[in-house]
Order: sequence, then C-alpha cells, then structure tokens
Amino acid sequence: MKKNQDKKNRFQLEYLNSPAVDKVGVEERVARFQTRSIKDASKMQGLKMALNMIDLTTLEGKDTHGKVKQMCYKAQHLHDVLPGLPSVAAVCVYPSMVKIAKKEVAGSGVNVASVSTAFPSGQAPLEVKITDTKFAVDEGADEIDMVISRGKFLSGEYNYVFDEIAMIKEACGKARLKVILETGELATLDNVRKASDLAIYAGADFIKTSTGKIQPAATMQVTYTMLMAIKDYYDKTGIMIGMKPAGGISTSKLALHNLVMVKEVLGSAWLTNEWFRFGASSLANDVLMQIMKAETGVYQSSDYFSID
Amino acid sequence: MERLEVLKTYKIYIGGQFPRTESGRYYMPVNKAGKALGNICLSSRKDVRNAVSAARKAFGGWSERTAFNRGQILYRIAEMLEGRRSQFIEELILQGSTKKAAEEEVNLAIDRIVYYAGWCDKYQAIVSSVNPVASSHFNFSVAEPMGVVGVVAPENSSLIGLVSLVLPAICGGNTVVVLAAEHLPLCAVTFAEVVNSSDVPGGVINILTGSNKEMNPTLSTHMDVNALVYGGNDSAALKELQENAVLNVKRVFAYSNNWAKADAQGLHFVSDLQEIKTTWHPIENIGGATSSY
Amino acid sequence: MATKKNIPVVEWEYAPSLEGTSHIQLKKQYDLFIDGKWVKPSSGKYFQTINPANEEVLSEVAYGNEKDVDLAVKAARKAYTEVWSVMPAAERAKYIYRIARLMQERARELAVIETLDAGKTIRESRDIDVPLACNHFFYYAGWADKLEYAFPNRKVESIGVAGQIIPWNFPLLMAAWKIAPALAAGNTVVLKPAETTPLTALKLAEIIEASGLPAGVVNIVTGFGDTGAAIVNHTDVDKIAFTGSTNVGKMIQKAVAGTGKKLTLELGGKSANIIFDDAPIDQAVEGIINGIFFNQGHVCCAGSRLFVQENVADKVIAKLKDRLNSLYLGNPLDKNTDIGAINSKEQLETINKYIKIGKQEGAEMYQPSCSIPKKGFYCPPTLFTNVAQSNVIAQEEIFGPVLTIQTFRTVDEVIQKANNTPFGLAAGVWTDKGSRIFNLTTKLRAGVIWANTYNKFDPTSPFGGYKESGFGREGGLHGLSSYVKLV
Repeated sequence: MKKNQDKKNRFQLEYLNSPAVDKVGVEERVARFQTRSIKDASKMQGLKMALNMIDLTTLEGKDTHGKVKQMCYKAQHLHDVLPGLPSVAAVCVYPSMVKIAKKEVAGSGVNVASVSTAFPSGQAPLEVKITDTKFAVDEGADEIDMVISRGKFLSGEYNYVFDEIAMIKEACGKARLKVILETGELATLDNVRKASDLAIYAGADFIKTSTGKIQPAATMQVTYTMLMAIKDYYDKTGIMIGMKPAGGISTSKLALHNLVMVKEVLGSAWLTNEWFRFGASSLANDVLMQIMKAETGVYQSSDYFSID
Repeated sequence: MERLEVLKTYKIYIGGQFPRTESGRYYMPVNKAGKALGNICLSSRKDVRNAVSAARKAFGGWSERTAFNRGQILYRIAEMLEGRRSQFIEELILQGSTKKAAEEEVNLAIDRIVYYAGWCDKYQAIVSSVNPVASSHFNFSVAEPMGVVGVVAPENSSLIGLVSLVLPAICGGNTVVVLAAEHLPLCAVTFAEVVNSSDVPGGVINILTGSNKEMNPTLSTHMDVNALVYGGNDSAALKELQENAVLNVKRVFAYSNNWAKADAQGLHFVSDLQEIKTTWHPIENIGGATSSY
Repeated sequence: MATKKNIPVVEWEYAPSLEGTSHIQLKKQYDLFIDGKWVKPSSGKYFQTINPANEEVLSEVAYGNEKDVDLAVKAARKAYTEVWSVMPAAERAKYIYRIARLMQERARELAVIETLDAGKTIRESRDIDVPLACNHFFYYAGWADKLEYAFPNRKVESIGVAGQIIPWNFPLLMAAWKIAPALAAGNTVVLKPAETTPLTALKLAEIIEASGLPAGVVNIVTGFGDTGAAIVNHTDVDKIAFTGSTNVGKMIQKAVAGTGKKLTLELGGKSANIIFDDAPIDQAVEGIINGIFFNQGHVCCAGSRLFVQENVADKVIAKLKDRLNSLYLGNPLDKNTDIGAINSKEQLETINKYIKIGKQEGAEMYQPSCSIPKKGFYCPPTLFTNVAQSNVIAQEEIFGPVLTIQTFRTVDEVIQKANNTPFGLAAGVWTDKGSRIFNLTTKLRAGVIWANTYNKFDPTSPFGGYKESGFGREGGLHGLSSYVKLV
C-alpha cells in the first residue's frame, strides 16, 4: 500500500499539473493527421500492422461458446486465401468466455483479453470487481480490460478511482491491465487528460478509450489527448504505456490515420501490438478488403470475407 | 481714475502645466486693425518634444478610462467653457469677429463638446463587430485609439476649428498635441485653461502656439506620434506632413470642413482615429448540446 | 508497471504521394491582361518564373512598363466611368459571385499552380490559400448592393481606379483580398502580382475573362518593382493598395504624399506569441509551430517572437524541438510535406544571413536533422534560444522559418516586451485564464490577436496592423472602407 501511496502522491502532483486541453486546437491537429496520404508500400505495411493490432471483440449478452469459438478461429485465420497475413493481437471477451477462448487460441500467439470490473458500467462494489478480475485471470486471461468508476471520477473522488485501479492492478498478477476511461462519459478533453494521467500513475499498462457501448467512442481527438498523456509520462519516466482506441474504428482509412497519429506523436516504437491495439469487431474485414484490392487491383465485395 | 487693467499672459499647455516656451521666444500676432493680440509663446522644437512626451505618458491612463468616465470629463469641459463664454467672445472679437459671430462660435463650440461627450460610450457599439468566421472561433473587432495624435488646427479659426478636431480625438481615447492657429492663438490658450480646470488629466491635451512652419516638421517626423490631423488648407504643408509621416508610417487625416457649420461633426471624426483590433478565440463545442434544446 | 520488452522497432515511412500535375494548363508565355484582352508588352520583354522547389522554368511572363500601365489605367478608367460604376450594384454582385464559383470549379488547378510557382506545400494551397481566396470573392460579392448599411449616416461612393500591388507569399489569396472588395465597392482595378509568383493571378485573369466581366474592370500587369512604381505614380489612379515589406510601403507612402490618392498599406511584422504556464500546452506548441512555420514563415503576421513564461520554458522548448522532428520538409507537391520551398534564391539568402547573425549574436540555434533536397531553395525549421530583446534576429522581420525564443516572468513584463517593436500586426496569447486574455488583448498594440490559436484567417475577419505594420483593414465590414468614398 505504501507503494500506492507514493504513486498517488506523485499523481496528485501531476494531476495538479495536468495541462488544459483546447478542443479546437486538438481538432486542428487531428485534421492534419487526416490529411496524410498513405500510399503504395506504406499503405500495405500500415494495413498489415493494423490487422496485427486488432483485439477482435465480442461483448454481448447473447455471446455463446459457439460465437466465441467462431471468432477465435477467425482471429487466427483472417483470410486464408491470402497467404502471409498476420493474426490479430487478441480476442476480447467477457470473463465467462475466457476459458473457452483460451482453449481455442492456444498456441497461436493470440492473447485472450477479458473485460472485468462489472463491465461496462463499473457500478459494482470494489470487492465484486476484484473477484471479477481474479476470476478472469484464473481462467487464463492474458490481459484485463477494466473500466474506471466514471461516477466517482465526475464527482471528484479521484483518490477512490486511483485506489481502485491500483487494487485491480494487484489482482491482475501477470496479466496486463488496460484501463478503460469511457471517454464518451467524461465529456471534455480536459477530463480525458486528467483521467489518463490518473490511470497511468495508478498502474495501467494500457489506457483504453471506451467500452464500445457509449457514443462517442474512440474519436481521434480523444485518442490524441490520451497519446499526449502517454508521451508526457514517457518523456518524464522513460516508461512506455500502451494505447487502445476502441469503438467506432471500422474503416481502414481511420485505422491508418490512427497509426499516423501514433507514429507522429509517440514514434515508431509504439507501432506494435505490444503498445498499440484497436478494439474493433468489423475493422478486420475492411482492412482485408483493402489488402485484397491492393493485391488484385479490383474493388472488393463483403460477400467474399467471412464475418465471424 | 479708471482702474488699470491686468493683462493676461498667454502660455502654452504641456502635461497639465502652463510653462512659457522653453526657448523664451515670443511673437506678436496682430488683428486686422493692426492691434497686437499679445505676447504669444513662439514654441520650439523642444516644446513639441515635451508635449509629445507628455501625451505619450498620459495615453495609457486616458485610453483605459471607462468610456462613461471620459464622457463625464468631456461634458465637464463644456460646463467650464460655458462659464467663461464672455472671455472667449472678447478674444474672438479682438481677433476680428463680429460680436454676433463670436457668440455663435462659442455657442457652437460648447454644443460640439457636448456632442462628442455623448459619443464617448456609444461609438464602440457602432464601429465594432462580431465576425461570423467559418470555423469554431469567436471573432470580434473593436476600435482602439491610435495613440498620440498631432493636430494642426485650422488657420482660419481660433476656437471652433480647434474644438472640432481635438474633441473627437480625445473622445476616442487618444491624447493630442495641438498646434494652435498661428495668427488666431488666443482662444487656444484660454481653451487650455478651461481644459485644465475640468478634470482632463494632464497630458491628454497639450496645446502649443507658434509658427506652424517651424513646428510641423518636428511634430510630423516625431517617431512617437501615431497619427496626424491636418485642419489647414495649405496643400504644400499637407504634402510635407504626409511625406514626414512616412518615417514611422503615421496615419494622416486632412479635413477641410467649414467648422462653423452645425453639421461639421460626426462619428467618422472619432472613428478615423481608431485602429480596428480583431481577436480570435476557439469555441469549445462539446457533445450534442445545442441552444435549441 | 509496464515491462519494457526488447521489441525491434520497425520504421514506417510514408511513400511519396505527389499531387498530379497533368490536369493543369500552363502556357509557355503569358501576356498582359488589359481591357479584357491579352496584350503583348510594349517593350517586347518577358521574364521567367521558376519553380523554387526544383529551379525549373514554369513559364515566361510579360514585363510591363510605364506604357503598359498607362494602357491598363486607361482601360480601367473607361470601364469605371462607362460600365462598372453605373451598373446596378446587384448586377455587380452577380459578376463577383460568378468569379467565386469559377474559381471553386478550378480550385485544384489553382492549388497546383500556386504550389509550383510559390514553393508552398500543396496541403496549404489546397486547404487554405485557394478556398480562402474563393471565399473572399464570395463574401464581398454580397456587399456590393448593401454598402449603405455598412456606413450609417454617410453616402457611399466608389473611388475610381484602384492600383494594387501584391506580394509573393500568398499570390492568389492576396489578389482576392485586393480585387474582391474593390470590385464590390464599384471600383476598377489594375493589379500587379509579384515577379516571382505571377501565375495564379494570370490564371485568375483567365477566370475573369471566362466570367464575362466587362473588359477593363480588372487588368493584370505583370512585372517588377518599376512596374509597380508606374502604377503608384500614375496620375489617374485614385487609390493605392499595397501589401509587402515596410521599406517598400514607406516608399509608396512617400510617393503618394500630396497627391490625394487614397492609400492602404499592409506591411511587415514581428509578432509576439506569448505562452503562459497555464496554457493548453500541447495546443500551444502546435500554435507556435503553425505560427512560425506556416508557409515557410513567409507570413507577415508570423509569430516570430516567442515569449514563454520562465517556469514552463524548458518544457515548451523540449516539446518544440521534439515536434520539429516530426515535420516533413521536401517537395511541396507531396501531400505529406509540412514545410515546402523558400520562395526564391534571394529570400533564402536573406534568411541565411539572419541565421548567421543570430549565431554571431550568441543565440543558440536548433535545427532538426532533416534531409534537404539538392535542387531548389530550402531552409530547415530553425529555433533560436537564449535570445535577448536587443538581438537583431528578435527585432527585424526575417520572413522565413526562424523563431526566436525569449522567456518572461510576469504579465507586465511580457506586455512591455511584446509591444517593444515598431511593428504591430498580430500577436498570440496562450492561457487558460479568460480574464488574462482580455487584459492582454486590450494591451497588446497589434491589429490581430489570436488567443489560444494562431494564423487564422477568414473573409469576414478584418486584418491589418498598427504602427509600422501599415494602415487600413482587409476583410470583413472594416475592409470595405478602404475602397469607398464617404460623403
């Protein structure tokens, strides 16, 4: 706990210094990334990178073993017609599906990520959240995607939110912790920045934009603001933190623009699934169609790409 | 025995003080009848310099007064002038006016001061603008005083010409250095006394008498003068002012109105001596909340 | 804590993405556009205009002299008295709208030619210069039949023939800034583009020709300084509008003295960009970058003097240096280029002269490591730290991608330093505190104040300077008064 207290002190110092964020300025910066023109070999390299960074996700009340199995197969066989494609980075499921997912992707290098902490609302007692997390880890989850308590954050109980993240981190053991800020509920970029700093100092390995259940989700403005928090932390401590935009990134173009942003803000070191992920369910096929178009020269139809 | 009259000493007005010219020189303009008007200060280049320094020093404070306060002070000038109307009338008559014309000129001068006093807190609303730029910014333009304005008063008018040029300048927050009509200087000096007794901070209005030919080059080349107003009708003199203005890109305005006319006044005499400043600031637009909820 | 693994870093570079040039039409030789016709220069002389990015010749352009200017002024006078000033204002508006639309239709061609001729990046020509130029015509078109609303209690008249001389930094945009309000107010125009960047003005002449605008309403006379002087000195010109250096502006102000010609000047600047410790720091860094490196720093309102509050100076400077390394310098036609070519060899020499002076003055220089193309004129983005107010590089306009950085401690100190210059065009203020912004925007002696933003332009927004940055405003309601006579 002492360690946490030290970290908290540092965060509080840092939080007091969390820079203001001007939204219009962020929009202008983001627009510049979007004017980048990615062509030819760069495009192909970027698309393959994007595929390899996907956390293929299913987070529905109606999820079944059957659905998860199919998705796990797709995660390892994105489009077998095209040889040499990478697999995705991970599959992302509810805790109850971790075991089956783990079995299905065994030996493939694809990780299993589990949401936890009463995803998506996070409205549960801390003990329940810890149990939720421990369960997922015990079932074999390599990564934990937790949600922060947005209500507490918005009512100014930063210490509560900080402690909660730190305790979930403890509960994770060896699993890497992604902290979901649910930026759509934080409303302002100032809050996004503050929450990013908070999560990083509390022990997040990754910070993640959204659950996918709330709109707006991973806008480039939000992701940019979080990347700047990661950058400032790295410049100060030399410690890398990962980034996962999730929700709303469904086209290759948007994925490439996100990669452009990561490259220009954080540098190429972050351009690996060790440090950057896309939380997405339909992005993979759009990327695959783009790759096929580049390979064959003809525009593609979704009829030719499996939808697991 | 008739009482011996106490004659008035005409001085110049710099920084709220009434010094004699530092040069110690004087000149003696005469009226049409050949009667000397008095020993008038023949101001020097250094007097011009001192007046500009005083005007610059006063500029910050004057321009930052609230518009309401400036209006009150200008109105106070009118009040004080009203109280000394007979002296102005006498001086105008001495300088060659008929009694009727003199009375009319003083009346008009007072009314014109009241007119510009009223503009102080109104012109901004008319000349400023909010500009609907095509981006997420709030953008507005406001008028700001140019700074130190050199005023060359009309040659053919002792009081109303000077009032017509000085008042709109200070109404808009500028400070002025005035070169009085060389041959009709009396009212300018008395006007300075009125100004001095009416809450106008020292240095806001500075009035020099003397030779325009001698002072114009100093005033128009001075690097700390921002604008010039020329009320004369000598095109060679105007050209000289305009050429000298180039040194620091002064703005030059020449007016040839008949100031004795009731309509020789207006907003543009105020707004000509204003810079337009435009400010941009982003508008943070969060989420879907609109004003039409 | 994240465990850092040894993962090999794979670089991801952007492949060249050049804007196509096959769709543009450039003639080998351009004549003068006078009285609605293309006229050979009376001297028979032409000069070359080159692409500063690779020094290749783009075209030859007529060298107009006094005689040609006289022809143009005569055509403009005739068009003024016989057609333009007597036409119903609403009809005038429709012509200007038509020009705006035709420009929009040919926007891509205009952008490419602008980039070729001026060296500015295609991103800027495409996203900023050309759209703003079109919008300027669009904006002022609508004023033509509403002038009486702009000047309460005054009677509005046109002035007559306007002589207009524009610079090379925003060739088409400056032509639009000059021509649109002049036409809307009922004047006719003789315009001289800069000698290094005449092509888009000539393309605009083609558009004007195609629009059916009556002959002589707009005349374009290309040439050098003496061509401009012939316009300024022509006795039948009623109004001079000039954008360019303060030195030339002063020459023009002198030449116009005593002539009764109306004059507006938009001259140089050395604008302060002020960063307070509570600023949105990352957006401020972007603002600094955009403030000084936009258009290679060839911007009269460039934020060339940076003032950073001392307690955040190290952080801001570190972030700036870092950011410089993610800027792409190179072929302006590449859509990913952030910093293009310097406009001319002469300008590059001027910039290099100042960089040398800066080093001699003891300021500390920083340039990112970027490769400079072998042909063409390029200058890497340059920072100078350790700069004093008394350094030449902090006082004189460099008109290139060179930023001087000074620190300050208090609000009063920075206001004094920011105002401590003969110029007064623009300033930037970055702080999260509203009351401080209003304090600064009131006290800074400059015509445009960008608060928490920089280098924004809009047709509705008046632009122009205090002090030696010139007088008169361009854009917005206030821009109209430069082109009307009020009685």
